[in-house]
Amino acid sequence: MKPVRVVEGRGVPLDRSDVDTDQIIPSDWLKRVERTGFGRGLFSEWRDDPNFVLNQPEFVGATILIAGPRFGTGSSREHAVWALMDYGFEAIVAPSFGDIFRNNSSKQGLVIVQLSVLDVEELMAMVRANPSRLIVIDVARLSVEVPDADWRREFALDPMTQERLLEGWDDIAISLRREDEITRYEATSVAPSLRNVFDTSGHERVGCSDIG
Amino acid sequence: MAGTTLYEKIWADHVVTAPDEEPTLLYIDLHLVHEVTSPQAFEGLRLNGRRVRRPDLTLATADHNVPTDPLSVPVMDPISKRQLEVLGENCAEFDITLFPRGHENQGIVHIIGPELGVTQPGMTIVCGDSHTSTHGAFGSLAFGIGTSEVEHVLATQTLPQQKAKTMSVTVEGTPPPGVSAKDIVLAIVGRLGTGGGAGYVIEYRGEAIEGLSMEGRMTVCNMSIEAGARAGLVAVDETTIDYLRGRPGVPTGDEFDVAARRWRTFVSDDDARFDAEITLRAGDLTPFVTWGTNPAQVVALSGAVPSPDDATDDDEKSTISRALEYMDLNPGTPLRSVRVDVVFIGSCTNARIEDLRAAAQVARGHRVSEGVRALVVPGSRRVKSQAEAEGLDQVFIDAGFEWREPGCSMCLGMNPDILSPGQRCASTSNRNFEGRQGRGGRTHLVSPVVAAATAIVGRFASPEEVA
Repeated sequence: MKPVRVVEGRGVPLDRSDVDTDQIIPSDWLKRVERTGFGRGLFSEWRDDPNFVLNQPEFVGATILIAGPRFGTGSSREHAVWALMDYGFEAIVAPSFGDIFRNNSSKQGLVIVQLSVLDVEELMAMVRANPSRLIVIDVARLSVEVPDADWRREFALDPMTQERLLEGWDDIAISLRREDEITRYEATSVAPSLRNVFDTSGHERVGCSDIG
Repeated sequence: MAGTTLYEKIWADHVVTAPDEEPTLLYIDLHLVHEVTSPQAFEGLRLNGRRVRRPDLTLATADHNVPTDPLSVPVMDPISKRQLEVLGENCAEFDITLFPRGHENQGIVHIIGPELGVTQPGMTIVCGDSHTSTHGAFGSLAFGIGTSEVEHVLATQTLPQQKAKTMSVTVEGTPPPGVSAKDIVLAIVGRLGTGGGAGYVIEYRGEAIEGLSMEGRMTVCNMSIEAGARAGLVAVDETTIDYLRGRPGVPTGDEFDVAARRWRTFVSDDDARFDAEITLRAGDLTPFVTWGTNPAQVVALSGAVPSPDDATDDDEKSTISRALEYMDLNPGTPLRSVRVDVVFIGSCTNARIEDLRAAAQVARGHRVSEGVRALVVPGSRRVKSQAEAEGLDQVFIDAGFEWREPGCSMCLGMNPDILSPGQRCASTSNRNFEGRQGRGGRTHLVSPVVAAATAIVGRFASPEEVA
């Protein structure tokens, strides 16, 4: 993943709570085997509505999505993150997030900014009043600023997520550096091998009683 | 010093390394894989020249997008067909056991793990699917992950993890007749809200949980994620041990006794402390129906659609208004007067043999209401075969239900089983999100017996109404 130090851009207010990942990218899009091209499916059930906020000309090209509480709950589909990023979003600001969505975002470099309900409402109001105003999210300083309104808030990120964003590190490469420790752990592991149950074609090696 | 919780015991057993200022590296005992969230992960391995570290701890099946038509009908959707082929190619290339469409062990990933006995107490289990929490019913730590994490587990058999907080949800007493595991968990999600469990692993406890079968415990753990919790747990007891005995993945003879002794240790200590504790009284529960567009929007079947005026703040008011508009419901309407177009009995929440037995008992000797389409989709081929051996298929067919092939089906609308815009569905699945079962579709979550009764009456109904 690419390092992310600062996200600088315009915001778009999506004033809804419980925007689940089925809303972000409907399941019809999940049949694809690629990782790109999901931007066209972003919020696709809402995009037909000309009044939907993403269709309003003043918000076209915004890179920071500002949403209500519990953004990204529900399904684990990472496609939701791919869709948001493919569409052009670089950061999401909301009062709270789904746990799996938050995790998935950190793997892709989508910056998750959690602020209080009040702060999110203030930010939405500022963006509505002047959609062209710039928002600056600084991952190193953990701050979000609206310079022309002299508005600044700090947010929290766990230190590892912050470091990985700043450095653009690949989690797998980091874990593979622990390979000796993984091998040592495996020597004591009691995880039952499926090879003793099924052959690789999926057929059972032993008989089985009926389920009940 | 306080004792340890079940979660902390499983966690401690799986720590590979816990470096300072870094997340703990946790070992994964079982990785379940399906066609939808894995193709990009396998592609990532290929691009980086990485292998699958433990193909023998990895198990794949096709469930999310498989059609539920007879097997003689080919997969018509070319994009779904390609995705199923890619799963086959990836499993062959990386030497992973696969149960494809038509295989005797194929089924919804969270149904087949337990029924094959590969889900066992004390394990860590992951899958690129949020309902992986289901397996927690066995006292195993099981949670959903995204595709990047799928790739991580394939490559390393580990995951960097921050420890979660613990929450106990105690359901005291015994539930009244007609109240099922689904109603218990709908009540819990309604109480916690969609975000109340965020950051926690929930352990379900109390007499009502201990009294549930393994199927019922799986239904409860399955919907932990609907309250925002990535994992749910139930302590191991003799119900767990009895369920596991004789399954293909489970040891036999003396080895079984050794395993069972170890499994019985996967319980929270009596003096363990949880970060949060909530209690419900089973005696207060009734059959529930969701009325809105998130699973916490529940109401008693005997109740009425709520009003935005019931809201305590403006955010809730607009949430209720938006949900009522999408669901085309008016405040104050009794649920029992609301007509449905479709009834879906299936999904990883409620498509096990016990669910089908309960629904068939209600349907026996009755007919599906005129104009209602009712589908029964068994959770796996084994469940389907068992149901057919018991004659349940004929009960459903005689009553006018469709008896279909196993898969996720109308739970998430990735295969041809979808709602048309505006259709209203009573569904035994887990999510009533906007468009979840098909664009413009309206979903109400219910238990299998309420679903069956609703199919017969044509509007939301309890089994007593058809008896």
